[in-house]
Amino acid sequence: MGKYIEMIRIRFLMMLAYRTNYYSGILIYSINIGAYYFLWSAIYGGKENIQGLSITQMTTYIAVAWMARAFYFNNIDREIAMEIKEGKVAIEMVRPYPYLNMKMMQGLGEGIFRLLFFSVPGMVIVALVFPVELSANAGTWIYFFISIGFSFIINTQINLLAGIATFFLFNNDGLIRAKRVVIDLFSGLILPLSFYPMWAQNIMSYLPFQGISYIPSMIFTEGFKGSQVFEALINQAVWSAILVIPVYVLWILAKRQLVVQGG
Amino acid sequence: MEYLSIFFQYAGQYLKTRLTYRADMVVEIFSDFLFQAVNLVFILVVFGHTTLLAGWSKDEMIFIYGFFLVPFAIFSSFFNIWDFTDRYIVKGEMDRILTRPVHSLFQIVLERMELESLFGAVTGLIVMFYAGGKLGLEISWYDPFIFLLLVLGGALVYAGIFISLATIGFWSDSRTDIMPMMYNIGNYGRYPVDIYNKIIKYVLTWILPFAFVGVYPASYFLEREEWYTYAFLTPVVGLVFFMIAVTLWNVGVTKYRGAGN
Repeated sequence: MGKYIEMIRIRFLMMLAYRTNYYSGILIYSINIGAYYFLWSAIYGGKENIQGLSITQMTTYIAVAWMARAFYFNNIDREIAMEIKEGKVAIEMVRPYPYLNMKMMQGLGEGIFRLLFFSVPGMVIVALVFPVELSANAGTWIYFFISIGFSFIINTQINLLAGIATFFLFNNDGLIRAKRVVIDLFSGLILPLSFYPMWAQNIMSYLPFQGISYIPSMIFTEGFKGSQVFEALINQAVWSAILVIPVYVLWILAKRQLVVQGG
Repeated sequence: MEYLSIFFQYAGQYLKTRLTYRADMVVEIFSDFLFQAVNLVFILVVFGHTTLLAGWSKDEMIFIYGFFLVPFAIFSSFFNIWDFTDRYIVKGEMDRILTRPVHSLFQIVLERMELESLFGAVTGLIVMFYAGGKLGLEISWYDPFIFLLLVLGGALVYAGIFISLATIGFWSDSRTDIMPMMYNIGNYGRYPVDIYNKIIKYVLTWILPFAFVGVYPASYFLEREEWYTYAFLTPVVGLVFFMIAVTLWNVGVTKYRGAGN
């Protein structure tokens, strides 16, 4: 346990060294949310609500979706791919800790940093400028934080899968890009899933992606109520558990497959 | 002339490396299509809930999107420099570039080109012809030339902005997350800018002029005369921003001190 906390700490400190990026990042996230706000205002064009979300809820949804993204988003897929391509993974694998767990902890260190130095101040700025509604209900906040915890796990597991695929494809920039696009579309980052036609929603309900963005954002905007919140959290928990299996299997196969391409 | 022959040599080498990782290339082309589809899905889903967006119809929006894809494809094929700082400054690769007798920016453009992104232009044309057909737009003999001019202008706008951002690396060698986010902002130029408030409209027109890649030039073909001035400014804005970027680059290179190795 201690070694994992140490890894989170080291990554956190690394991020702190590069913190200037994040001031600009806050600004850019705010511009992003602002542009979406106006886009949605135009789309609403006077309508009271669309698919049960008011324009304020919609703005909040977008703001929270982007702020939560700062926490769950990481580049460990690209890092793994790079380490495999450069042959560094061989050294990493003989170190006295499981490689994948270490990567996950590094991602967590990054996420915690962004949550504290990026999402929180960013949200304050966005809430001052745009009509964002922050819930006064303590329960909502608690469920939201549990939910983004699961978002992190699901997203990171998918990143691990994409990263490990480098063992088989040798070069998988394309796969990583495709993964990112699929997540943007199916996770509900750019559009709440309830806006999609029913047949598309049905397909998406069998995929893990909604657990990444749609569920936490809906919990925060209180678009989910009562038992829906619990069902959503259980959905996330189940996917977090299921995804362990492909990660584990692929990793075992990958170790057999290892071709060090250099280094 | 010399630059042209260097270009073709690089392109030849590029194809060889691409064919080495064939599976990846297929996935990459596929992921580009997917990326283009995502934005189309956004437009389609949104127009499932509304009919007009600030006076623009669904087919007009689709047409603007199709137009946007063409300059964007050219930009992403040749100016794939979003990880410039990581790749060239932090790792010291810039040292290698600077020892060679070809302009440093040109070399990086060559090294980082991704010719398969040009497929995006094909998608864009298909989308444009589809939407244009539904709108009953007519094509004059000079339209293809204007199209080329506006597309080049748009690609230069994109290139100018991203090269300028890349030059930040010369002054500050820390990693930057600005670039990926800028891709998102680029998307807003595709929507009719009159839906935004004045500040954002101003930013998208004069500071980060992404509107010149999407809605402004496309409005020429949509026969939206109120936007014609902006439409024809596209090549000018493109050239100006590209020249600013190259100037920034040239100054930046003199500030560069090897960081890596």
